[in-house]
Amino acid sequence: MNGLLGPILVIVWKDILLELRSRDLVVSILVFGLLVVVVFNFALNNAPGRAAELAPGILWVAFAFSAVLAMNRAFVREQEQGGLEGLLISPVSRDAIFLGKVLTSLIFMLLIEAALLPVYAVMLDFSALSLTLVLTIFLGTLGFAVVGTLFSAMAVQTRSREIMLPVLFFPVVLPIIIAAVEASTRAVGGETFVGLGRWLPLIGIFDALFLVICPWIFAFVVEE
Amino acid sequence: MSTRSVEAIEARSLEKSFGEWPVLWDLDLSVPWGQTLVLFGANGAGKTTLLRILATHVRADQGSVAVAGYNLRSRPEEVRRRIGVVGHRSLLYEDMTCRENLVYYSRLFGLKNHNSRVDEVLEKVRLGDRADHRVRTLSNGMQKRAAIARAILHQPDVLLLDEPEAGLDCDSVSILGTLLAEWTESGRSVVMTTHDLDLGLSWGHRAGVLRGGKLNFPGDAGELGSVVNANIRQAVADALGAGQ
Repeated sequence: MNGLLGPILVIVWKDILLELRSRDLVVSILVFGLLVVVVFNFALNNAPGRAAELAPGILWVAFAFSAVLAMNRAFVREQEQGGLEGLLISPVSRDAIFLGKVLTSLIFMLLIEAALLPVYAVMLDFSALSLTLVLTIFLGTLGFAVVGTLFSAMAVQTRSREIMLPVLFFPVVLPIIIAAVEASTRAVGGETFVGLGRWLPLIGIFDALFLVICPWIFAFVVEE
Repeated sequence: MSTRSVEAIEARSLEKSFGEWPVLWDLDLSVPWGQTLVLFGANGAGKTTLLRILATHVRADQGSVAVAGYNLRSRPEEVRRRIGVVGHRSLLYEDMTCRENLVYYSRLFGLKNHNSRVDEVLEKVRLGDRADHRVRTLSNGMQKRAAIARAILHQPDVLLLDEPEAGLDCDSVSILGTLLAEWTESGRSVVMTTHDLDLGLSWGHRAGVLRGGKLNFPGDAGELGSVVNANIRQAVADALGAGQ
């Protein structure tokens, strides 16, 4: 299969098949996401009416930590079973490997977020039926997936990979988290695309930037 | 076979160090088409490192390597298309079946009609009846055979085998020996490492001993025969003695 798309889809097919077999990633992150909202719901019990105001922040705290959990697994299975080595000795470009892993992580995270969002909306009392909110979540998650995949590939080669990933990940995605929280606050408040001002384009610019830089760095990271 | 370069593998002045520790030093290597080169050497002599360099998995510090006529640095993807690798790990996903793993690799290698090819290689390594079993349920020997099936799936020009006989029972070793004989008879080449002197000498057309970062061909690098074999045995014994 030639080109970039074919190998990307093969890698995604394989990762989905493995996840369907093990179900360890999606289930554990779903449970984590639900626990976060339950904890925050109890914590905010004394501040009725403020839940909706704080909802975007809570939402992105949960999504960001869920992303770290998902990313921790992205290359661990490859490393443990030699799959990465198998990919590296196949005639597939490093870009295809990277983008395949990004797409897999993006699909998993979006599925988890799609399951969590209605629960968050009910418990924190905000409307999830907002196209701008959905777009914000998509762009923010894309940024998480791109940056997280790169740092997951780096962290998996270290002994303290579970600690290393968040240490590397959060400082770099901070602009995305800030912009996503701001955009989500406005989206939850009923603003349209125009009302989101600079925040949504800012996430888009960061995504585009990371999509150019990260595959390039990935090629060096996986080179032994 | 896809190419007709002069040699299947041509390496010149290869050097590789890990930190301050030189593993390969000014190493020259050539493997003609249709031959099996067997590499002997003590633990840590650099056999696996050499294979990993040839497999494009580790970058050499110095020197040039061409596999099937393609330079490793400038055309790594062309090289990868033409090599099959069996290492210490099977490179198979344990939660996927043998067939799913091989279909996955077939797609990565862009094989057409991969289903029939997958069946063919599974039969070749006598895993046809285990095709739909998950890899984690197979014994180590069976996993090794599945790894061999993976390596020959895309009919590579050059097979790189790192101690392929390790973990295999007598029947499996015999299957592998037959497969390698067919491989070289069809004009393809094999580079393998082993600690089993008798096996290596019986499978190989040429044998080299890695020692001090260099590859020596006892007996003037000629075809294996009783005199050369005796020289190799002595050289391997010396190398092992030096390695201890």
